[in-house]
Amino acid sequence: MAEKLIEIKDLQVSFGHGRKKFIAVDHVNIDIYKGETFSLIGESGSGKTTIGRAIVRINPVTGGEILYKGRRISGKISKELDREVIKNCQMVFQDPMASLNERAKVDYIVSEGLINHKLYKDEADRKEKVDKALREVGLLPEFSTRFPHEFSGGQRQRIGIARSLVMEPEFLVLDEPISALDVSIRAQVLNLLNELKIKKGLTYMFVAHDLSVVRFISDRVAIIHKGRIVELAETEELFTNPLHPYTKALLSAVPIPDPYLERCKELIVYDPSMHDYSTDLPVWEEVKPGHFVYGNQRELEGYRKQLGQ
Amino acid sequence: MNNNIVLSAKDVEIQFSLRGRELKAIRKCSLDLYKGETLAIVGESGSGKSVFTKSFLGMLDANGKVIGGSIMYDGEDLATYKKEKQWMNIRGKKIAMVMQDPMTSLNPLMPVGKQIQESITRNQGIKGKEAKKMAIEMLEKVGIPDAENRYNQYPHEFSGGMRQRVVIAIAVACQPEILICDEPTTALDVTIQAQILKLIRNLQVEYNMTVVYITHDLGVVANVADRVAVMYAGQIVEYGLVDEIFYDAWHPYTWALMSSLPQYGVKGEPLPTIDGTPPNLFYEIKGDAFAARNKMPLAIDFEEEPPYFEISPTHKAKTWYLDPRAPKIEQPKIFREMRERRMREEA
Repeated sequence: MAEKLIEIKDLQVSFGHGRKKFIAVDHVNIDIYKGETFSLIGESGSGKTTIGRAIVRINPVTGGEILYKGRRISGKISKELDREVIKNCQMVFQDPMASLNERAKVDYIVSEGLINHKLYKDEADRKEKVDKALREVGLLPEFSTRFPHEFSGGQRQRIGIARSLVMEPEFLVLDEPISALDVSIRAQVLNLLNELKIKKGLTYMFVAHDLSVVRFISDRVAIIHKGRIVELAETEELFTNPLHPYTKALLSAVPIPDPYLERCKELIVYDPSMHDYSTDLPVWEEVKPGHFVYGNQRELEGYRKQLGQ
Repeated sequence: MNNNIVLSAKDVEIQFSLRGRELKAIRKCSLDLYKGETLAIVGESGSGKSVFTKSFLGMLDANGKVIGGSIMYDGEDLATYKKEKQWMNIRGKKIAMVMQDPMTSLNPLMPVGKQIQESITRNQGIKGKEAKKMAIEMLEKVGIPDAENRYNQYPHEFSGGMRQRVVIAIAVACQPEILICDEPTTALDVTIQAQILKLIRNLQVEYNMTVVYITHDLGVVANVADRVAVMYAGQIVEYGLVDEIFYDAWHPYTWALMSSLPQYGVKGEPLPTIDGTPPNLFYEIKGDAFAARNKMPLAIDFEEEPPYFEISPTHKAKTWYLDPRAPKIEQPKIFREMRERRMREEA
């Protein structure tokens, strides 16, 4: 497989101190390869966004480390590396209504990163870069003099993507980029993301709770539950051979737009107390090449049997 | 399907005045609701699906009014209602609504039990201890554990899914005949969504309610609906039984909506999109409202508004494609694929 772009090793992120300490993410191990779309799925509060934010250095890491091209980018790092990470790893936020500065014109919103990092030669160069970024996401350069409220939801999300692209990043964290959009607009934004990925050789980490979209766009998928990754595999493998009971529950809960299949579907409810981890401690193990699952020895044996290995 | 019509809206027109201009949000929309059925209304934002159903409860914003047509319910025409007092006999009592966001539809300063009790007292005239007992029963019914203690808690002490359960409890407490759910699960996680949909279904059977879902998630529609109505630019462009819409739709807008779903996309290929924007409702629309965004419009689409063409007694679509004089146009292939998949699954 290709080169590892991001390595997450035994990551822990916690909020608060002392008695109020809350561990949002624990023991997370993920490798993201160059050029792939990696999806992280979980319900709200599972810590999926926290992992994304930890990579782009918004949330400080309290344990483990994150490597970018083999260099550690978590914790205290040099100023130069920090700038490099900011430039190369960008994030697109969930809600385009909330994540754009209401008082700034599109021109400023898109070029803010350039200004902060002095990534342009002169005013004309900056203008050109902004125009190019806007055109790439399917907006007109004339839009740069407008304010965010003058745009529809889909267009706003395009502005959010444009301001990440203007930095010419290698890696994008997409935090539920389409869940706030209307159905008819979703397809457009998904197409745009796929197109940009091919054209610019980007790597995506896609954070979502909508499994239907994930299946369409991602190469590999990880399922996260209460801050722990419970299963990780290639997309089709995960959808056809889900192993962990939580993955099964999640897959069964997704409504399929087909009335017949919906009628035949049985809802699986996940009950974490079904695991007996009192003596037999769970581990994170590869049960099949590329297919990882979290479980204790007895469960892993069952999973292997299920896969026929 | 039984033929007991509980509510019949006919040629409803709703107009909003905005900064001195008139916006026609609903343009001659007709709909019949049958006893005990589940109808799903789908369409993109701004298509008027919320506005249309809100007019059944007199919940339009102050600048909007029904300017034409009739909404017959229980022998009365709701479209002629002017006073709040008249609505008080309908809203909550006979027709209730569950809103999208449980955060904003609950009063943050009042214990949830009191909020349910309030609705019982107002609409059924039951007071005091008895109302409290009913409110606790209602909390239990919507699946909130430890209802007695939860009765005194405030909305912020509940999770999103639990809050939506409370909102449902308030709406169902008065045993309405019609329950309108405006995107009841959009703000929730998929696992919670499945539970809420199941809860609404159970309550519907228990109280023999008619449920109207407003949603843009076609997966939810496939799960819950008996019948589906597709709205576009203030009109119902196609309606039919759920199987008729999913396996044999005929309106180009329904086609576009279904084709753009990522579930039916082929990996690595771009998804079919619906380009352009919905028509501006400030102006009179000439011809078919969807013509400008249709990838294969007919010449007549720009000239004259199509009537409803009957595909089956329960299935009608408002498109010139179905006119006998129209050139033969094939349905997109996803419908054939879906029919084939269904046959395979059934075998």
